[in-house]
Amino acid sequence: MSNVAVVGFAQAPNVRNTQGTTNGVEMLVPTLAEAFEQTGLSKSDIGFWCSGSSDYLAGRAFSFISAVDAIGAFPPINESHVEMDAAWALYEAWVKILTGEVDTALVYGFGKSSAGTLRRVLSLQLDPYVAGPLWPDSISIAGLQARLGLESGRWTEEAMAEVAARSLADATTNDRAQRSGDAEVAELLANPVVADPLRAHDIAPVTDGASVVVLAAEERAREIVDRPAVITGFEHRIDSPSLGSRDLTDSPSTRAAAAAAGIDGVELAELHAPFTHQELILREALGLDSGVRVNPSGGALAANPMFAAGLTRIGEAAKQIIDGTAGKVLAHATSGPALQQNLVTVLEGIR
Amino acid sequence: MTKQRAAVLGTGQTHHTTKRTDVSMPGLLREAVDRAMRDARVEWSDIDAVVLGKAPDLFEGVMMPELFLADALGANGKPLLRVHTAGSVGGSTALVAASLVQSGVHRRVLTVAYEKQSESNAMWALSIAPPFSMPVGAGAGGYFAPHVRSYIRRTDAPDHIGALVAVKDRRNGALNPYAHLRQEDITFDSVRASQMLWDPIRYDETCPSSDGACAMVLGDEAAGDAVDGGAAWVHGTAMRTEPTTFAGRDQVNPQAGKDAAAALWKAAGITDPLSEIDVAELYVPFSWFEPMWLENLGFTEEGSGWKLTESGATALDGTLPVNPSGGVLCTNPIGASGMLRCAEAAKQVMGRAGDYQVDGARKAVGHAYGGGSQYFAMWLVGADKPVG
Repeated sequence: MSNVAVVGFAQAPNVRNTQGTTNGVEMLVPTLAEAFEQTGLSKSDIGFWCSGSSDYLAGRAFSFISAVDAIGAFPPINESHVEMDAAWALYEAWVKILTGEVDTALVYGFGKSSAGTLRRVLSLQLDPYVAGPLWPDSISIAGLQARLGLESGRWTEEAMAEVAARSLADATTNDRAQRSGDAEVAELLANPVVADPLRAHDIAPVTDGASVVVLAAEERAREIVDRPAVITGFEHRIDSPSLGSRDLTDSPSTRAAAAAAGIDGVELAELHAPFTHQELILREALGLDSGVRVNPSGGALAANPMFAAGLTRIGEAAKQIIDGTAGKVLAHATSGPALQQNLVTVLEGIR
Repeated sequence: MTKQRAAVLGTGQTHHTTKRTDVSMPGLLREAVDRAMRDARVEWSDIDAVVLGKAPDLFEGVMMPELFLADALGANGKPLLRVHTAGSVGGSTALVAASLVQSGVHRRVLTVAYEKQSESNAMWALSIAPPFSMPVGAGAGGYFAPHVRSYIRRTDAPDHIGALVAVKDRRNGALNPYAHLRQEDITFDSVRASQMLWDPIRYDETCPSSDGACAMVLGDEAAGDAVDGGAAWVHGTAMRTEPTTFAGRDQVNPQAGKDAAAALWKAAGITDPLSEIDVAELYVPFSWFEPMWLENLGFTEEGSGWKLTESGATALDGTLPVNPSGGVLCTNPIGASGMLRCAEAAKQVMGRAGDYQVDGARKAVGHAYGGGSQYFAMWLVGADKPVG
């Protein structure tokens, strides 16, 4: 199998509320322009397009069709869409390049969570016959998960607050972050619980945002950037949707994806953990030791644009290779209630 | 990068009807999946990955239903992808599954597409009016009827062509044990006498609203070689998209469809589709779309698709049988309709189409479109391995 590399990454400002439509066009147009400027490519250079978004988040059918207006898709384009985080759109694009049919691809994800009440919208991801009608919301489900870990001794509220403190401090240097700041663990723990045992700092913010990643076959990639972030592992797995039968304090799908991707020797990891305790689950499942730098961007706790946040993790990790900061990095994306579905990408700066 | 060969190892589908209240969504999917796995003679341990496709989540009222369907799809611990590209999604999903094999990433992939419209209300889902977007209005029929009127005006087609297609497809559907509408007694006169819905589309010229699912197992060259009686080899795939509206857009004969077809013929080494293709399963939700797509795909020159239909060439015993399964006019579980076209094409070249088998079918096309005639996905499968 040949190599495919990330050659460009751009993201819209991550904000609590945008004034645009739910089809993402207003966020995507400047972000696409930035990705083109960065790579020196134009619309006609792109062999395949793939996006990730959700009709339910947009409150309408076919939101991705209107998103195509951000591209100016005439002459017609070779294009596909996943109803998933755009990290999986990147996976589809990676597969497409591996078939040899195309040698470049542009992937984008977008979500305007401010259009509805996100925690309730996400309830609709549950089994519609048994769990869904009870309307447990996404934060309540994460609260149950956090509680299981606390009571079984897998983690502590202090460890959760440390994740928040580190993430928000790191986010102070990320100009696209929605939330950042310096806070002591003790200060954070003095705040009230929002959904017991979760406090505000444990929960990713509600974000409007979009991101774009450009892929190229390795040979083409080297014409575009000096140091492309070559994808050396790309795997995803899913766990059972049954919350009652899963061990919610573990993530077997993450562990299996990592084992298949080959993550030994990564220096840095961008993990898509919308809740502090989920980072702890992921670090454990990935077997990351304390020497691995986690989420220098601030991660999802600093900004969590639905259907783009996973792709953004891959973009942020790739940036560390492209700019020469790191040699081997890992990026992770998640989807579904309580870390049900997980994706692991390994990127390297191969000369 | 070298493309690997991919083949359809087996297909399966549900019995389709307006309301499948006898099964849940997982039950519906398993009906198709179990048939496909039996047809392909594979076990769960043979499946490396699952690709699911369906049209808007609002059609069932579940956000990303593949998440809750993971158990029923045997996907736990495996990769599961969810494709959504409007009405063409069943075709796009098959193409994504094929690419997972063609890329060398997987050896065997299960792909499934479905719609269970009875769980929600498709007309409601399509009628939400988001700010700053042109409303679709009276559902798909109202949207596409002006395209048909425009086609008739442009080509001077006689006004009975649509009824010819309806009679042919409904009678074909009577030969298909899984079809939703099976009307062996339908006649030209009864179609012409049926209620006018969206001029010029009459009641008998429009697709039903179906609950149903379709599944396929795709495999690599070694898996294809092992298929008893021969697999359906993927000779080419193509997807194209254009925006819904822009000044000068040709909605009757869209450029995206023409480009996709040209790419498909090129990939499969076809220079004269009409003589080289033995059977076509085209996405025809309203009768008149048969002649329109015959032109769009390049089977005939622009303006003469209706002549091909009128000549009887597209009948089951014609030179280019179109929709021998009965097509979308007989069965329309929206998200699965495109995959049904791809699966029916595969069945023909595998010689597994039963009473609607086209004699000597060696090369077949499966075609899907969606949105406002702006999303196209198609594949060409053959009884022989592709050359090169």
